Amino acid sequence: METKEKKPLEKVCIICAKGNLEDVYASLVMANGAVMEGIETNLFFTFFGLEGITKKSMNHLHTATTGNPAMKMPGGLPFPTMLGGLPGVESAVSSMMRKQMDELGMPPVDEFLEMITAGGGTIYACRLAVDMFKLTKSQLSDEVKDIITIGEFYELCDGDRTQIIFT
Amino acid sequence: MAVKTIAGVEVKVTDDGYLEDMTQWNKEIANEIAKELNIELTDKHFEVLNYLREKTIAKEALTIRSVGKSGIVDIKQLYELFPKGPLKFSSKIAGIPKPTSCI
Repeated sequence: METKEKKPLEKVCIICAKGNLEDVYASLVMANGAVMEGIETNLFFTFFGLEGITKKSMNHLHTATTGNPAMKMPGGLPFPTMLGGLPGVESAVSSMMRKQMDELGMPPVDEFLEMITAGGGTIYACRLAVDMFKLTKSQLSDEVKDIITIGEFYELCDGDRTQIIFT
Repeated sequence: MAVKTIAGVEVKVTDDGYLEDMTQWNKEIANEIAKELNIELTDKHFEVLNYLREKTIAKEALTIRSVGKSGIVDIKQLYELFPKGPLKFSSKIAGIPKPTSCI
């Protein structure tokens, strides 16, 4: 009988390039989940994803209320795009979403980042994007270990049981 | 499901090695499961294990976040006590079902 040897993941490198609430949380849940499974984890934030590690914005992320066909009204009816464009609507919908996530036990972004580093995960910011948005290290979460280039990121991705995940 | 002898007691376990019946659990069983995971249990470990069992009996969902807010350990200490499996390994040793939470 043929027996297949299991080859569990040893390392994941997750890239978060978008700053919507759901995109940042997707990266955070995947990174935290990997750390909990004992998988070495690097989390790399770039472009608008930097919103998720910028102190000023990270706990106030928005979800898009226009151009989001999956968006529903409470009760399940489709969310009219015209309504989503009104001032204050995106803000209100986003804060409602954050409240619902909180009720499910999902931590706010700053605490989620702490949970990931507490378990040994490492968080990086992209050099090019940080320069482009004119950010400094002190404006980023204290959990961010370093601002690195894409080359340095690839160096972190060595090993034959490593996966790169782009969310 | 299988029957396994742990610390001299016949217990029912799942394919992953979690106890089917948490009432069959005792300290010796905990020590033996921990040894398989290369963990040497201390009093602090048992404080966490007892907390997990209490919450499971109370049917509360377990997350590393809730354990971190329990006042027993913070999340970093939880990882130190149960390396590479803060919720999975602790649940296994505590004799409770495999965690179903994503956080």
